[in-house]
Amino acid sequence: MPNTPTPTNPVLQAQGLRKSYGQRVALQSVSLQLHAGEMVALLGPNGAGKSTLVQLLSGLFVPDQGSIQILGHDMRTQAPRALAGLGVVFQQSALDADLSVQANLLFHTDLHGIPRRVALQRIAEGLAQHGLQAERHAPVKALSGGNRRKVELVRALLHEPAFLLMDEATVGLDPASRKTLVDSVYALTRSGAVAALWATHLVDEVEQADRVIVLNKGLVLFEGTPAGLSERCGGISMESAFLQLCAQAGPGI
Amino acid sequence: MLRPTILMHLARALRAVVGRELNKFLRQPSRLASSLVRPLLWFVVFSAGFHNVFGVAIIAPYETYVDYKEYMLPGLLGMIALFNGMQSSLSMVYDREMGVMRLLLTAPLPRGWLLGFKLAGSTALSLVQMLVFMAVAWAFGVDATWGWLAALPAMLLCATMLAALGLMLSVHIRQLENFAGTMNFVIFPMFFISTALYPLWKLRESGALWLYQLAQVNPFTAAVELMRYALQGQLNIQAAAIVALTAALSFALALRGYDPQRGWVRQRG
Repeated sequence: MPNTPTPTNPVLQAQGLRKSYGQRVALQSVSLQLHAGEMVALLGPNGAGKSTLVQLLSGLFVPDQGSIQILGHDMRTQAPRALAGLGVVFQQSALDADLSVQANLLFHTDLHGIPRRVALQRIAEGLAQHGLQAERHAPVKALSGGNRRKVELVRALLHEPAFLLMDEATVGLDPASRKTLVDSVYALTRSGAVAALWATHLVDEVEQADRVIVLNKGLVLFEGTPAGLSERCGGISMESAFLQLCAQAGPGI
Repeated sequence: MLRPTILMHLARALRAVVGRELNKFLRQPSRLASSLVRPLLWFVVFSAGFHNVFGVAIIAPYETYVDYKEYMLPGLLGMIALFNGMQSSLSMVYDREMGVMRLLLTAPLPRGWLLGFKLAGSTALSLVQMLVFMAVAWAFGVDATWGWLAALPAMLLCATMLAALGLMLSVHIRQLENFAGTMNFVIFPMFFISTALYPLWKLRESGALWLYQLAQVNPFTAAVELMRYALQGQLNIQAAAIVALTAALSFALALRGYDPQRGWVRQRG
């Protein structure tokens, strides 16, 4: 099975995903593919099914139907290998506020089996890239919301994943912190280091994405370039086009 | 056969999970204090008040009359492990609410190993507290014999059982607020309907036959008796089997509960 992405081997291959909670269908037949270096936006209003899709892609939920492969490893049958290629920044912060930044990051590198010497080096480099060297030994609770998010991004990249999953990662951040975080992920994907799926309902964050997937009521309403989204709705702005598509589909689930 | 690299990975993940549990514990000195004060109050106050009331007869494994303090010791060791097991359950719920559990469950290791590490962390914490309490008991005049060393494996097994029980309960406790229910419906019944404070014949003699029968099937009774025998340098095979089976069953149910294909995640979304 492939373990390095190539133009023909996608980083992420999700096929026919369906998920329901009792009678409520959250996702119906969603398929998507990401290739190395791509920044793909997953746009959808609240309740569109974005969070469910993120949970499926990160292995926390199992789809009722369909399959997920990361670097060719099936999430259902080879979960540890698939998860080794995945970095996630969850919507809800997943840092231990009482521990220091470094202790939080070491917890992650240990879970990924990274030797301590390598881990410390990557932590130093990751923090330096985001101007957080001085915060290395500070308790997380002393950090601003923006810096916490940066630490979570550093953490998600420590094991050098090929696929980065960002779930509404800018929720609660001020505009400056939002821009910094968004720019960091764009820079990462443009360097070819990772493919990123950015789930959000904020259109301005993903206007420069390579592709946009609009999700509503558990269905993919559109997949294409940001320009293609505008054109489909008669050349209006991307945000207006997104709102128009969602309005046509009716209220969220 | 596990490859060396996988073994190293497992060892590092074990260090992460157990180290975090110990770190959290050490950052909360009040937790150690309260875990000791609770049994100590029973040990000092209760044993003084009921020293003559209970009049414990010669019962196995004791070969002579024993001081009530000595009778209570295994029950209080069990109490420490019981409270710690439930505290660990609370800690799992807290981690779930704070999002740290997601980090654990998206680590590239089989979920069984990760939950096993959580179990190991909780067990280690119980054992540390039990050993500290034994030292306190010794300071209060309970005879220290080599039986205490022999009791270590029994204490380890009991701590594992109660930690596994806590792990299993954490699947079903959805919010921290539900913990009061755990206290009322799990900790207190398990502790009081057992041989922790009085021998079973006392319950039978008092006519509370249904309590007597409940206490007999209570796995906490088996845990207490396992430690009681071990402290006297003896092995209670039946109690050991019950404790080991309860630990295995609880862990299996916890694994099922945290399995995204079958457990609470799938059912509740």
